Amino acid sequence: MAKVIVVTSGKGGVGKTTTSASFSSGLAMRGNKTVVIDFDVGLRNLDLIMGCERRVVYDIINAINGDVSLNQALIKDKNCDNLYILPASQTRDKEALSLEGVGRILDELKESFDFIVCDSPAGIESGAFMAMYFADEALVVTNPEVSSVRDSDRILGILAAKSKRAVEGREPVKEHLLVTRYAPKRVNTGAMLSVVDIQEILRIPLLGVIPESESVLQASNSGTPVIHLEKSDVAEAYRDVVGRFMGEDLPMRFIDEKAGFFKRLMGGN
Amino acid sequence: MSMIAGLIEYLRGNEKKSASVAKERLQIILAHERAGRGTATPDYLPALQEELMAVIAKYIHIDRDSFKVQLEKHDQYDVLELNITLPDKINVRPSN
Repeated sequence: MAKVIVVTSGKGGVGKTTTSASFSSGLAMRGNKTVVIDFDVGLRNLDLIMGCERRVVYDIINAINGDVSLNQALIKDKNCDNLYILPASQTRDKEALSLEGVGRILDELKESFDFIVCDSPAGIESGAFMAMYFADEALVVTNPEVSSVRDSDRILGILAAKSKRAVEGREPVKEHLLVTRYAPKRVNTGAMLSVVDIQEILRIPLLGVIPESESVLQASNSGTPVIHLEKSDVAEAYRDVVGRFMGEDLPMRFIDEKAGFFKRLMGGN
Repeated sequence: MSMIAGLIEYLRGNEKKSASVAKERLQIILAHERAGRGTATPDYLPALQEELMAVIAKYIHIDRDSFKVQLEKHDQYDVLELNITLPDKINVRPSN
């Protein structure tokens, strides 16, 4: 049975699209037929992060309105065989999406995909609501920073009260915490909320921690999801996230300060 | 905290780290926001008030203003409070 996963956060700029791109790529690299949908109508960016911006012809609104078939709107990813991208419309506004239309598209996608990843826009308006309404599971992307934690809590409240699963009284949406832009060094000096603090406040299971790194910008500059980068902490952290999501028991990495050269020389690790 | 007290705190090296201030502030505001989430005024309250008033009006003449329905939230339970001020002279409607 296909799973619908929303990548959400409330707050903007915390790494939803970066996560959607790498998470969906990671699922596809493991052989799962995966589609990633950009719900940010009017401000689409997933296409840039995936590096397919010049191949966008049709979008989700065209598919919903029946201008084209769903297959015509799907873009095949350049890195992964099993991955497809459904871009947002850039010329319409968020009101062009309807619950009925989105539900219809998702039902059709469920027939041929294992995972449907919904990249939510920031905020709690209609676009964000559409992205989360049909979710079976949610990746709540949170930065170690007060406004992001508060917004994540608000999103968790909406998932628990207004998602389709909640409204129909079914098993609630399965929530996963993903802490991004984490700087262990600043945590150790008491200048940044720790992952333990965030977990204690939000009270949902931790799926992973993505360290703050230059490689995220490097990846977005070149239009390659960061999970594909060689020798990158962030890429490894995202691969771990996908592994854990698939049920593997992997230790949390990148939550401790990197040992300096001298420390390593002296036998510390 | 006065500047001198702050300076002493600083020199002692036990000034509060900003992360723990952040955590404390978040815990307080979120406890508050979670308590009020979606429960401040349930959707059914106005309809409930109308229907209750209609029932009472079948028996007693009352003003709209003398009728109040309130929902109070406590930790473990909620209280639905009906407050009806009866007129000085109860004007009972004849029953059929």
